Amino acid sequence: MADKVIYAMYDDDQVLLAGAKQLVSKGIYIRDVFSPFPIHGIDPVIGIKQTRLAICAFIYGLIGLLLALYGMYYFMIVDWPMNIGGKPNEFFYQNLPAFVPIAFEFTVLLAAHGMALTYFIRNWTLPGIQARNPYPETTDDRFVMEIHPHDNNMTADELAQHLSETGTINIEER
Amino acid sequence: MEFIFSKRAKITFVALMLIGVLAIIYGIFNGGEHGHNRLWANIFVNGFFFFAISIGALFFLALQYATEASYMIVLKRVIEGITQFIFIGSGILIVFFAAGTFHLHHIYHWMDPMVYIEFLEDGSANPLYDSIITGKQAYLNQPFFWIRTILYLGVWSYFAYLFRKRSLLEDAQGGTKLHFKNMTSAAIFLVFFAFTSSTASWDWIMSIDTHWFSTLFGWYVFSGIWVSAMIFLVLITIYLKNKGYLPSVNDSHIHDVGKWMFAISFLWTYLWFSQFMLIWYSNIPEEVTYYITRIEHYKGLFFGVFFVNFLFPMIILMSRDTKRSIGYLITVGVIIFIGHWLDVYLMITPGSLGHLEFGFIEIGMFLGFLGLFLYVVFNAFTKAPMTVKNHPFLEESEHLHI
Repeated sequence: MADKVIYAMYDDDQVLLAGAKQLVSKGIYIRDVFSPFPIHGIDPVIGIKQTRLAICAFIYGLIGLLLALYGMYYFMIVDWPMNIGGKPNEFFYQNLPAFVPIAFEFTVLLAAHGMALTYFIRNWTLPGIQARNPYPETTDDRFVMEIHPHDNNMTADELAQHLSETGTINIEER
Repeated sequence: MEFIFSKRAKITFVALMLIGVLAIIYGIFNGGEHGHNRLWANIFVNGFFFFAISIGALFFLALQYATEASYMIVLKRVIEGITQFIFIGSGILIVFFAAGTFHLHHIYHWMDPMVYIEFLEDGSANPLYDSIITGKQAYLNQPFFWIRTILYLGVWSYFAYLFRKRSLLEDAQGGTKLHFKNMTSAAIFLVFFAFTSSTASWDWIMSIDTHWFSTLFGWYVFSGIWVSAMIFLVLITIYLKNKGYLPSVNDSHIHDVGKWMFAISFLWTYLWFSQFMLIWYSNIPEEVTYYITRIEHYKGLFFGVFFVNFLFPMIILMSRDTKRSIGYLITVGVIIFIGHWLDVYLMITPGSLGHLEFGFIEIGMFLGFLGLFLYVVFNAFTKAPMTVKNHPFLEESEHLHI
């Protein structure tokens, strides 16, 4: 019973958006929406919170910055100071301007790669992982809404009844 | 909606201008050891800074036209209002350059005819002869300087006039014809501005430190122009929105202008640091002179301005919420507005005075020019409704949601 899922298919994102608003106003919880592109304004309607990816990116960037600065400090000041064009190499701060480009690049590198990997892991879409979208058409021109009857204390038939009022082209139970 | 230039605002701006006049009078009699150089240097700092805001706004407007951007259309009249200072700003700059030509000040060392004479009439060597400046004479001579200056100011003013005229015409006439005409004109302006913003900063600012040169200087000045314009746009937008003149401006528009202020601060930081680091690293005597003057006599201010203009927007405006918060935007905006004024100050005064002199003349003249600038801009706002009609993207801009 609990693993029964209703999928409602639409052929237009705006119809789906209007339908989602209508369903939510009746107190129905929409588990997920599958779409070939981001539908503008769907996130607050189906209760998706603001992404925390930006915070992750900041943390990765900070790690990159500190790692790069520590690395430069160790390589160029502590372990093997080199005389490059007569630049001062006794103290870290004296040579800091020369380290800034590397620190900047390493910050960007770690922030970008960390963000991309976090995104893939969070969505479980790393290379080689089986796709989890229920209908392959949602990568082309179809939009699918996923609703679980046990989320809403309704039977599947009642939900299907509500869904059919929103302009779906197909309702399927799996 | 029609903008009403309130009496209180008028009195405030006139009072600011009076402070400026007082500072000028004070400066005439208390020039210090450099005579009138300090006074004229301050006229140039302020004249250039506020001119830069309006030319930056014109550049931004042209960028919107050329890329057919829709999001700023509800703010178009505000941007246009800022560009209307170009005419008076050009006048101030011309007065300043003419004063140099007539030797009322000695900020442009290369304008002195003595530096080009190798031997005096009696055959002895001229102690004032400067072989480096003489070598630059093919480019840096007065007739050519004036031709270039008039060309920049004339063409920029023409485009400011043209865009304003077409914008008012569009209100009456509608359709998409003017939109496409603007697109072409804006593309032409951007190409022209790409070259002339660099050469103008060489001619006007880099030539103060005549012996020194930096190929990056034009971009550095340009990024300063752009970021000052964006900061002013943020502040004036918040002010006008608060007064209720911009009903269709929503959080998303504020967020967008905040993003510009944030992003262009980094462009400025990037160029400031690129110029500094390359010269620091190569350490060639003819290149480091610029930084030696600044580090010897302006050290705290010089590096302080860099860190404030970099770290304040970076730390405070990084998050999405602060870019939508009026309080944060105003705080950061006011601080880096002054920061970028000081940046212009540090481009011009070390070469013309040699050491730090900061007092009533500097502050009073900044306030005076601020009053003049705001008066001209507010006056331009009264000339046309604050929201455009009939622009093809108006509807889209009103519904901006990010």
